[in-house]
Amino acid sequence: MGELKLMKGNEALAEAAIRAGADAYFGYPITPQSEVIEYLMAEKPHERTGMVVLQAESEVAAINMIYGAAGAGKKVMTSSSSPGISLKQEGLSYIAGAELPCVYANVVRGGPGLGTIQPSQADYFQSTKGGGHGDYRQIVLAPASVQEMADFVKLGFELAFKYRLPVLILSDGVIGQMMEKVELFDQVPRLTDKEIEEKYPWATTGRKKGTERRVITSLALQAHEMEAHNLKLQAKYKTIRENEVRYEAINCDDAEYILVAYGSSARIAQKTVQMARQKGLKVGLFRLITLYPFPSVDMQELCKQGVKGFLAVEMSSGQMVEDVMLAVKGCAKVAHFGRFGGVVHTPEEVLNALEQKIIGG
Amino acid sequence: MTEELIIAGFGGQGVLSMGKILAYSGIMQDQEVSWMPSYGPEMRGGTANVTVIVSDERISSPILTIFDTAIILNQQSMDKFEKSVRPGGTLIYDPNGITRHPERTDINIYQIEGARLASEMGNTKIFNMVVLGAYLKVNPIVKLENVIKGLKNSLPARYHKLIPLNEDAINTGMKNVVDMHILN
Repeated sequence: MGELKLMKGNEALAEAAIRAGADAYFGYPITPQSEVIEYLMAEKPHERTGMVVLQAESEVAAINMIYGAAGAGKKVMTSSSSPGISLKQEGLSYIAGAELPCVYANVVRGGPGLGTIQPSQADYFQSTKGGGHGDYRQIVLAPASVQEMADFVKLGFELAFKYRLPVLILSDGVIGQMMEKVELFDQVPRLTDKEIEEKYPWATTGRKKGTERRVITSLALQAHEMEAHNLKLQAKYKTIRENEVRYEAINCDDAEYILVAYGSSARIAQKTVQMARQKGLKVGLFRLITLYPFPSVDMQELCKQGVKGFLAVEMSSGQMVEDVMLAVKGCAKVAHFGRFGGVVHTPEEVLNALEQKIIGG
Repeated sequence: MTEELIIAGFGGQGVLSMGKILAYSGIMQDQEVSWMPSYGPEMRGGTANVTVIVSDERISSPILTIFDTAIILNQQSMDKFEKSVRPGGTLIYDPNGITRHPERTDINIYQIEGARLASEMGNTKIFNMVVLGAYLKVNPIVKLENVIKGLKNSLPARYHKLIPLNEDAINTGMKNVVDMHILN
């Protein structure tokens, strides 16, 4: 068993970056995720593993440091909260276009604009539909506990290097700020420069005599070349959709009604399921772990099993609900409930919405 | 066993750290715990509260509106959270600064003069540990030895000399909690 600690989600994310063998973290502070860089600075990971931690002059600088270091085959991470993540979108599109691996975390706060510092889930569209320009996707992991904040850093790096794309850990102010028990995984050693050179034939590690020139770019001026590159990307995304779907079905076996949620909303909805079951209502929770790829096929299976309605519970005015509708293709009723702008819904509010919009509606 | 608790008072009273010590003690006896502070633009001198859940099972929502127990340490929090205790639940409060005492008759109510006792012990900083002692007397969800173990594991070594003082404060709280309204 690993080391047990009581940690904030943000601290667990930071500690996990060190333990996952990251080479560098580049970031810029913003509430409610400032503990990430705070923890990393205090922990002095350069003394533990040689990992570099740098506070950049801005979010834009940080994401471009990620782009450069990822190009050299390094394991790199950044994090921010909503307005800061918006600033990073140009860099992320370049990273996706140049097919480089990186992990980044968004501890979402209420928007739009500078918004508020309270929790929100209103960055779902930005996260899953491609926040920057161009036809790209990224894997989106949605931790619902402090434990998953740690575990998904390790998983995120594995996926990022397997598919060479950005992996987003999408949490929010609740998961970032709360403390829970966390079992930390053991230290993964950082790769040496030699190991990077041997393992990643694409990494720009310095050209040696007699070796091919390695080029990292997202630019292809000839349209047909760019189309071919896009087709390659799309094939990769298809493989991801077929192989990397992750979710957790809680009390779904006999359920007539399903709450669909991720992250902190899934925790709240789990309480709603307990309350509903006490009232004799057959309610289950379908907790999304990957938001992209979306578990559409598995959701259709629930329809075949006789589910009468789905309530999408998210702290937004209704974003994920569109993917639920596309997934179930009209086989059952779908409605949305959520507070937003920094207001967190309560288990009671979710139960009321379920009774009014799905069961009684 | 699941205990859903809110601790509410002024910023600086040690509300958040009291919750943290309780959560750490839960971990020491292999329980699941969650600690969710209210966070927002209000900080110094403002109200602070934290929801702590200690359970034998996986914890669902870390955010709640109804609690098994409320520990209330100022009037604003009394106004806000007296009504949030579930019927049959528990309310513990420090009368210091309270102008309107709790009125509910469907819950158990206890008083602890934490501020007075801590200042009599010569260190107002241990106020929160006196209150924690009162709570653990009323509801012994974690053993005292696990609180001490939690303190040892969570405090840097240079503060370990303060552990006996904290233990005294907890014991003082345990001895001085007063029954105000007890359900049959």
